[in-house]
Amino acid sequence: MSEYPPLRLHVPEPTGRPGKATDFSYLHVSKAGEVRRPPIDVSPPDTHDLAFALIRVLDEDGKAVGPWAPDIDKETLRHGMRSMLKTRVYDSRMLIAQRQKKMSFYMQSLGEEAIGTAHSLALKDGDMCFPTYRQQSLLITRNVPLVDMICQLLSNARDPLKGRQLPVMYSVKEAGFFSISGNLATQFIQAVGWGMASAIKGDTKIASAWIGDGATAEADFDTALTFAHVYRAPVILNVVNNQWAISTFQAIAGGEDTTFAARGAGCGIASLRVDGNDFLAVYAASKWAAERARSNLGPTLIEWVTYRAGPHSTSDDPSKYRPADDWTCFPLGDPIARLKKHMIGLGIWSEQEHEDTQKELEAEVMAAQKEAEQYGTLSSGYSPSAADMFDDVYKEMPEHLRRQRQQLGV
Amino acid sequence: MKTEQAVAQATTSMTMIQALRSAMDVMMERDDNVVVFGQDVGYFGGVFRCTEGLQQKYGKSRVFDTPISEGGIVGAAIGMGAYGLRPVVEIQFADYFYPACDQIVSEAARLRYRSVNQFTAPLTIRMPCGGGIYGGQTHSQSPEAMFTHVCGLRTVMPSNPYDAKGLLISAIENDDPVIFLEPKRLYNGPFDGHHDQPVVPWSKHPMGQVPDGYYKIPLDSASVYRQGSDVTVLAYGTMVFVSEAAANETGIDAEIIDLRSIWPLDLDTIVKSVKKTGRCVVVHEATRTSGFGAELVSLVQEHCFHHLEAPIERVTGWDTPYPHAQEWAYFPGPQRVGEAFKRTMEA
Repeated sequence: MSEYPPLRLHVPEPTGRPGKATDFSYLHVSKAGEVRRPPIDVSPPDTHDLAFALIRVLDEDGKAVGPWAPDIDKETLRHGMRSMLKTRVYDSRMLIAQRQKKMSFYMQSLGEEAIGTAHSLALKDGDMCFPTYRQQSLLITRNVPLVDMICQLLSNARDPLKGRQLPVMYSVKEAGFFSISGNLATQFIQAVGWGMASAIKGDTKIASAWIGDGATAEADFDTALTFAHVYRAPVILNVVNNQWAISTFQAIAGGEDTTFAARGAGCGIASLRVDGNDFLAVYAASKWAAERARSNLGPTLIEWVTYRAGPHSTSDDPSKYRPADDWTCFPLGDPIARLKKHMIGLGIWSEQEHEDTQKELEAEVMAAQKEAEQYGTLSSGYSPSAADMFDDVYKEMPEHLRRQRQQLGV
Repeated sequence: MKTEQAVAQATTSMTMIQALRSAMDVMMERDDNVVVFGQDVGYFGGVFRCTEGLQQKYGKSRVFDTPISEGGIVGAAIGMGAYGLRPVVEIQFADYFYPACDQIVSEAARLRYRSVNQFTAPLTIRMPCGGGIYGGQTHSQSPEAMFTHVCGLRTVMPSNPYDAKGLLISAIENDDPVIFLEPKRLYNGPFDGHHDQPVVPWSKHPMGQVPDGYYKIPLDSASVYRQGSDVTVLAYGTMVFVSEAAANETGIDAEIIDLRSIWPLDLDTIVKSVKKTGRCVVVHEATRTSGFGAELVSLVQEHCFHHLEAPIERVTGWDTPYPHAQEWAYFPGPQRVGEAFKRTMEA
């Protein structure tokens, strides 16, 4: 007999499940304005406390408070608001189109619009984002034509990706948006490599890497941190912690009693944990990290704390594993409502303008959808030709593929 | 076609998902060393619902969710196997096994050999494979040939609920690492490649009648799914039903062999059939070049050369990534298989 009691396996469990409300105290929310803002040349070990705090700018009344309150002009705020609204309208329209079987699949970014939008505004043209499948706001903020995006979703004759990729797996090089892979975490280390290349060539561009809380469990995440630290790569390492990886809670990915930002700190990388539903905090932290990268001070890891308000994808049903009203209880609220309050407080926005903009964007998205559908939908039979399937496997088509294409008779 | 052990039992109509769940349930009941884990398999019961209810029944120490790390899932399973457990793990899609490659190829497959039986890896690694669900290049692949190329692995692919349960029980009991590929297009019915027609449910197919309890299908036995005299068809997974449709539509009397265990292989059943028909068509959904079909063609010509009356045909996916919108131009459907039947009969 051992002198010790039997060991037990610990398996993390969320506090909330269908019919049982979530206790969000695990988030450890800091008060707006209370977290310090160090200079950009801070030594990475001196950011340790920032990896556990939560940087927030907007207070309960919608006022920008504290050292992280950014210097941001009226036009940028309006662009940000418009882009967030447009992303939300776009998502809801595309969701309906998927239900109508015009596309095979869709993924919304509901509740997470501030992150890609404000981050995009903090970057410069020429910087390269290596996104996941929930950063459509990066494209929308950069004014990528909606018709092109919708044609990709519809897998139609004008699909820029020739029907090869699942809907939402965009690739828009000219907008600084790297090709999305369906495999998780692979792009995180690639972003570090892109940043290293910029340094090798003496360029001034930086890379922005994206990953979700769930995918940080993949080895590519740790590899990216190691390379970014070793080579002081000019890269922003964004971890979008939206609390859920399909059905598994963020603690299953390693978030219990620690933070994802702490992973960066542990690797010697300057790391911040930021309220991802606070447009101003996202903008300020992104600017800080971009300045560091561009000033040859190396990588910054930012954990954006947010909430995946919708299902993982159109193939998912979250009512089976989390409380139905979870999002409405999430302490960091709705990013659009929070920025709206701030802008109205500044006197640069109003309820009326909000409503008008919403209507105008709905019309814009609907018009783009109508135009895109003229080139076909997945179900209408105007899909890209089968012959296209054989292109681009190699730069020049080898003989065996030419023969296979012939055999298919296209 | 059904084993004696199975015939003696009460049966229930099951989908392939229910049959797989039943196999895990039976084995967890019989052997408390069996543990089940993977992404979303615990509380939620898996994205395809194969493990639904198992956590509730057997507790979180035996059925649990894992972080999104295929290398972690397989590596941890190897460690558990070394301790004496019998892990049954799920890789959410076969397309996602690549981060686990080192753990599968360099570790699980060779542990027994390099330690001279001191340590073994009695794992079952389940993964849904194959296309036909508009899954694009990351939810459609059939990577069986990558596994058959690795010495020390067993690679299995059932085509129906009855076989799925019997094979999964054998895989769990087997002391070698078993790659258990599940054609996801067959989860709910015997899909024959006619994607524009409604799916026939398993409840209308004899192989959807599944014994409630324990029975095994050996890991090295093929089944003659359809008897015939004109041509031998070597197929597995979805292609069994596609080949059946092709036979019915062309009127060519094909003898369809469902390999079930892709490697090690039941060569005797294959050789016997080819010697009888004198013709052979190999069908798989995976890409053509260096696909498992190449191995099958080699074996057939090595063992049946003097009995062959026509060149062996291969019908496969094209040598391109699995496309999204052009899915049905990529998928080797009944028409392409039927044309190969005709070519081989006319040769």
